[in-house]
Amino acid sequence: MKFTLSWLKTHLDTDASLDAIAETLSAIGLEVESIADRGASLAPFRIARVIEATQHPNADRLRVCRVEPGDGAEVTVVCGAPNARTGMRAVFAPPGSFVPGTGITLKVGEIRGVPSAGMLVSERELGLGDSHDGIIDLPDDAPVGAPYASWAGLDDPVIEIGVTPNRGDAFAVRGVARDLAAAGLGTLKPWAPPAVAAAGASAIAWQNAYSEACPWVVGRTVREVRNGESPAWLKRRLESIGLRPINALVDITNFFTIDLGRPLHVFDVGKIAGSALTLRRGAGESFRGLHGKDVTATADDCVIADAAGAQSLAGIVGGEATGCDETTRDVFIECALFDRVRIALTGQRTGIHSDARQRFERGIDFALLPAALDAATAMVIELCGGTASEITEAGAQPDWHRTATMRFDRLASFGHSTVTPDRAVEILDRLGFAAVARDAASVTVAVPSWRNDVAAADLPGGSALDQHGGLAAATAEAARLGARTIEPEVDLIEEVLRIDGLDRIEPVSLPGAAPVPTASLTPRQARTVRARRVLAARGMAECVTFSFLDRATAARFGATPDTLALKNPIAADLDQMRPTPLATIALAAARNAARGLGDLALFEIGPAYRDIAPDGQDLVAAGLRAGRTPVSWIEPARPADLWDAKADAVAVLGELGVPLDAMTVTADAPAHYHPGRSGTLRQGPKTRLGWFGALHPALCAELDLPEGSVAFELDLGAIADPKRRRKAAPSLPQFQPLRRDFAFIADATVTAEAVLRAAKGAERSLITNVALFDRYAGEKLPEGKVSLAVAVTLQPREASLTDAEIEAVSAKIVAAVAKATGATLRN
Amino acid sequence: MSDDLPTIDSQARSAIAAAGDLAALDAVRIALLGKTGQVTALLKTLGSLTPDERKRVGAEVNALKTAISAAIEARRAVLEAEALAARLAAERIDVTLPGRPDRAGTIHPISRTMEELTALFGAMGFGVKEGPDIEDDWHNFGALNIPSHHPARAMMDTFYLDAAAGSRPVVLRTHTSPLQIRTMLAEAPPIRVIVPGRTYRSDHDATHSPMFHQCEGLVIDRGITLAHLKGCLIDFLRAFFERPDLKARFRSSYFPFTEPSMEVDIAWDRKSGEIGAGSDWLEILGAGMIHPNVLANCGLDPRAFQGFAFGMGVERITMLKHGIPDLRTFYESDVRWLAHYGTSPLAPVTLHEGDAR
Repeated sequence: MKFTLSWLKTHLDTDASLDAIAETLSAIGLEVESIADRGASLAPFRIARVIEATQHPNADRLRVCRVEPGDGAEVTVVCGAPNARTGMRAVFAPPGSFVPGTGITLKVGEIRGVPSAGMLVSERELGLGDSHDGIIDLPDDAPVGAPYASWAGLDDPVIEIGVTPNRGDAFAVRGVARDLAAAGLGTLKPWAPPAVAAAGASAIAWQNAYSEACPWVVGRTVREVRNGESPAWLKRRLESIGLRPINALVDITNFFTIDLGRPLHVFDVGKIAGSALTLRRGAGESFRGLHGKDVTATADDCVIADAAGAQSLAGIVGGEATGCDETTRDVFIECALFDRVRIALTGQRTGIHSDARQRFERGIDFALLPAALDAATAMVIELCGGTASEITEAGAQPDWHRTATMRFDRLASFGHSTVTPDRAVEILDRLGFAAVARDAASVTVAVPSWRNDVAAADLPGGSALDQHGGLAAATAEAARLGARTIEPEVDLIEEVLRIDGLDRIEPVSLPGAAPVPTASLTPRQARTVRARRVLAARGMAECVTFSFLDRATAARFGATPDTLALKNPIAADLDQMRPTPLATIALAAARNAARGLGDLALFEIGPAYRDIAPDGQDLVAAGLRAGRTPVSWIEPARPADLWDAKADAVAVLGELGVPLDAMTVTADAPAHYHPGRSGTLRQGPKTRLGWFGALHPALCAELDLPEGSVAFELDLGAIADPKRRRKAAPSLPQFQPLRRDFAFIADATVTAEAVLRAAKGAERSLITNVALFDRYAGEKLPEGKVSLAVAVTLQPREASLTDAEIEAVSAKIVAAVAKATGATLRN
Repeated sequence: MSDDLPTIDSQARSAIAAAGDLAALDAVRIALLGKTGQVTALLKTLGSLTPDERKRVGAEVNALKTAISAAIEARRAVLEAEALAARLAAERIDVTLPGRPDRAGTIHPISRTMEELTALFGAMGFGVKEGPDIEDDWHNFGALNIPSHHPARAMMDTFYLDAAAGSRPVVLRTHTSPLQIRTMLAEAPPIRVIVPGRTYRSDHDATHSPMFHQCEGLVIDRGITLAHLKGCLIDFLRAFFERPDLKARFRSSYFPFTEPSMEVDIAWDRKSGEIGAGSDWLEILGAGMIHPNVLANCGLDPRAFQGFAFGMGVERITMLKHGIPDLRTFYESDVRWLAHYGTSPLAPVTLHEGDAR
């Protein structure tokens, strides 16, 4: 909400500086968003008289002006404006002034042989507009020598504040003034509407068929008005805050919307069919609104209708057909109290934003209606003439009266404030909360009609509980009663503390934490952190990518149920929750590759979405490598391959405590992987830990990923919680381990895993490790056969092994592998 | 025969000195001390001497043998040192050649900040809560005292998903505050938790991203006051920005789920960008005492319990701390940006090591 300093001062008697006002506003909850102080930059520019303008002797397009800048002095200025003429009032910029529109600081100079000491300026040169028509041409009564900005009303700083949703009362200059006065920045000026001499019944009478939406409405006719342009002060006031003056009657309603936060509407009586206006539900009819667009009112919306139909969307926007213009002779002024919830819902439904809606949906003063109507009537008569009728009304002022009680000790026990009871009561009083009872322990105040955010539980659209359905009845009831008791008190404490200043409360460090802090992460949460470190330590760069992406790409990486499609995506390519972080990492990799940065290793640990249930979200670690290893003179760079991806995945699993010996791999990864070069990592028959492999070549081509990109995905949630177990003492035999190598020939379908597992199981008491060190298939072997060479480590425990014992265990290994896989020892 | 010994000795020493390499030296050794060597031959003749002579000559020959052996070993040490020196000279290599390359991995600045939040609030006794990004509108709005008609709800630019017929609307959480609700429903006070996580709003420009991160905080107990809110947040901000004298101010504001509500600003210098001091102010987070309705919605009696909540933008504090100018770059995953702003996995956040990077 915008207002000017001079407007504020019509309600606030203060000599506080603009800075002090701004700082206080921000401190008490009316945050200053901007201050435009045009007066400061326009200070050097003064009104001047052109004594004489004559043709420049040496230039056709220039004139030489003798200028009186005030105080009887005279200067010569060379001017190129076509409208410079003898006797005119213009705006003069003396040498040394900075001209905001051109960015130039003026100097005394000489133009084609004629000295020039200053400049006569245009609106554009002052940064006030785009007018090229020449220099500013002021009326003859403009006072020579006076500062132009103050004469033109441009030195009035415009203050814009952000009004929070709870403070409907602060959507009024008067409301802002009241808060500032309470904060000690002056005195709130008394305000009362001028008396209105009313005679005769209103030409239009109110009828109310929708009192839920409008409990109370007043209005009256002013006859025989002459509507036209508003006077300069009113136009300037509206223009200064960015409102376009329309005509006096409309401008008056806009004035009170801002001044008192009291939206009004004016109907041209001559355009109303019949002699009544009815508040009723919409019936699906359409009409053209004053904002220039058609409005269709549903049965939940409240409209104001005449005999011909709906003419206005109540509390949001008036209708064009019954609006006031220069021809209006009789005007009907509407001043209504609308239900804030219904206004909010209608506003959301129609998407119409207006100053009226903004105020009604936050709630306006319950009691101000007759006074505001009188004030508006008086201004109509003052500006447009005419005679006022009696008031017509429908409904009645709702019972908004309520009290709230604050225990003084709560200021300390809740707010840790040192404010005294007297000071607290004084603050409340200045805000309009008059004390109705006070003792040593507490004060009870009457809540003013304009503060529907305080003790609001009984107000329509006011504070309401929305308790969890699963609470035990007694728990819910105790909590409800507690809120009922505490909320009004906290409302008052808030008022006292915000006005007294939150900065006056001394900070106190949180008590009670253990001197040596305990872990803030659960073991399960700590795993995420460790997985992240493992992958980064393996040379991968962590990314954070969006949780949503385009549906077609998402579908290449997993299921894309309709329930996980956004109903209102911000862009068409961000419309589906990702089935895996790998999908968005792949897009990130493709973006990098398109920039020529295709040798990369990216990972992310983040959510994958299965469904909308609270447990329908998995925590997945996903990584992608593409391109080649770094170039080196030592060994040639090589392309990333699936063994890198497998190693990444296994490194994470190992770090997170998965027993790698018990892990198995099956060749059935999902379709975004290369079907022959990918695997599923499993622990036991049921637990699927994740996948790794080369990405499907078709997918790489589609996404412009480097061919041969490899990836892995791990479901961190599938990993069993780490068990905290004391380790047994390690076995550290004194005898040297010895290595025996075996080369097996097996069918190509035999997996390495089966050979390794069989060899390892052949003699558990002796074999501590089995490592594959060669795999060969090719012309030296029969078709369909593969050679797998393993190094077996034997660890003697009681005594060195004899040759016979080594022979025996070797035979066992060969037999075990043969039994499990059909492989035979290669000769 | 004894006359021969000095001759043998002198000849032997010449031969040893003349041996130019280890092989030549070995040949000399064999010629003197080998099975058929000259000295060995002398020793073999001792058996033919009388006992007295044998004793005398034996001692002399043995002395000669010992002396020659010592001379050979001395020469061997010299030759070995020369051979090693020659080998080392031959093995000289250009040590400016690059070492075996390694790719340096990095931790994303958002993760880094979340770990810092975890460590710093952890030291104040806070645990970490996590929860779903997809919430129903009760957890995201209703329970937090934001009824459907509330202007704050429209201001949140919410993303919606399709809910099953007859059930509550489903949204992408617009803040991490639903975890306040989930925590209060799951645990009895005292509660002291933070909730770092993903949040979503339908807004996309230079300063807004449709996905961003927040960190919620929630403290509930008997006797928690507004002063604790201020103390806790000032303690955090000073530690996070590593400015023990950081100035902060608290301005009254409004959030539906807290009362009183406030915005917290930290001092900074607009010109130098210095955080913590200066005559300008930067909005850094929102906070307030938990609204009685929120407590009651979760079954807590506001007469017995009170506390505070706060929320801050993870990207915002990260940008301020590290001078990162553009929000959108956080999610672009440009590998050059990641390498520039990412942190080492070997320098995790630890209170005892400090914030060394």
